[in-house]
Amino acid sequence: MPSLKDLKVRIGSVKSTQKITAAMKMVAAAKLRRAQEQAEASRPYSDRMQRMIGSLAGAANQAGGPKLLVGTGSDDSHLLIVATADRGLCGGFNSSIARAARNRIIALQAAGKTVKVLCVGRKGRDQLRRDYRDLIIDTVEGIAKPRVSFTTADELTDRVIKMFNDGEFDVCTLIFNRFQSAMTQIVTEQRLIPASVPEVAEDDEASDSNALYDYEPDEEGILAALLPRNVATQIFSGLLENSASEHGARMTAMDNATRNAGDMIDQLTLTYNRSRQAVITKELIEIISGAEAV
Amino acid sequence: MADTTIFEMVSPEKLLISKEVGMVVVPGSEGNFGVLPRHTPMIATLRPGVIDIHEDGKVTDRIFVASGFAEVTETRCTVLAEEATALSDVTVADVEKSIADLQDDLKDTTDEFERGRIEARIDVQSVLLAALR
Repeated sequence: MPSLKDLKVRIGSVKSTQKITAAMKMVAAAKLRRAQEQAEASRPYSDRMQRMIGSLAGAANQAGGPKLLVGTGSDDSHLLIVATADRGLCGGFNSSIARAARNRIIALQAAGKTVKVLCVGRKGRDQLRRDYRDLIIDTVEGIAKPRVSFTTADELTDRVIKMFNDGEFDVCTLIFNRFQSAMTQIVTEQRLIPASVPEVAEDDEASDSNALYDYEPDEEGILAALLPRNVATQIFSGLLENSASEHGARMTAMDNATRNAGDMIDQLTLTYNRSRQAVITKELIEIISGAEAV
Repeated sequence: MADTTIFEMVSPEKLLISKEVGMVVVPGSEGNFGVLPRHTPMIATLRPGVIDIHEDGKVTDRIFVASGFAEVTETRCTVLAEEATALSDVTVADVEKSIADLQDDLKDTTDEFERGRIEARIDVQSVLLAALR
């Protein structure tokens, strides 16, 4: 039985932990809102980019097309870009990405492929380093400080494309968490190179997007400029989704932690009161039996 | 049919402009082109230069773009720009300073890859400077 003083100290410490988790939840909620707005704002660009790629890809496919679109013709070596957060305390967010990456690596290696990993975010690196130390070629950290900017995605893309042109890999996949709601994130594997071409949807804008375009310069010239941008855009929106997911996951995790701390305080308080009463009862018995003995 | 065309300008981070205009002049990589309503559909790459927005026969906005793409349809002109600055927001002194800063960076960098990036930025800034004068 812990002493009264011990219990009191314990309650105090749980209380201060609860204060911290409650504050973290509030911070995460504010950041989540900002990240969501940012993701929302970036959508028009990627939508239009997809539309242009869609209408161009059809025209260029017959002509062979550049490597970024059709691939190198083999798929022997893979580059995985694993995007996680730099910080923990966000529930299963980082581990679910790391798990997906690990499964993917195992599957690819079983099929006899070479795998290289580029980690974005410290936590993913920490988790993957244990098993796949020699596969990790580099880690990029601090991308979300103060917020995810297109420049970061652009720099990352330049590196990836340089590696691709140097023949270091054939297929590039981005693994990140797609934001569903603050409670749920979906681990997504998105193929960046060769580009996954959106089907030109027969949507309400069909007449508009299926129009015959003039190209200036020619299709190949535009594709050569557009495809690297497309990779950058996809990485950028992946990173934005990821950062929204991270804050969502952290908010949920911290909400749970706050509630658990509350439960714990209630229970400790109950134990504390019980032992206090027991002490009083014991003292009374001692006094009474002392008085009777006289 | 309306005698205006919808002009949209989007950066990776947000939708910058979306409004109805009379005409836009866009710096395509093979020369400037003006977009009026019922322009033939086309897709073009851009070179660093200034987009002029005309409304009611007057230039109402001048925006500098570093690079990007333009998609033109009969009713719409969409510019995907990586970097856009309204000419009224910058002064010659600002640009001269940033060119000087970049040239300092260039001296300090030895990495071939980085140098290429910085040189490209200097070129863009020089065009902006020329446009301002």
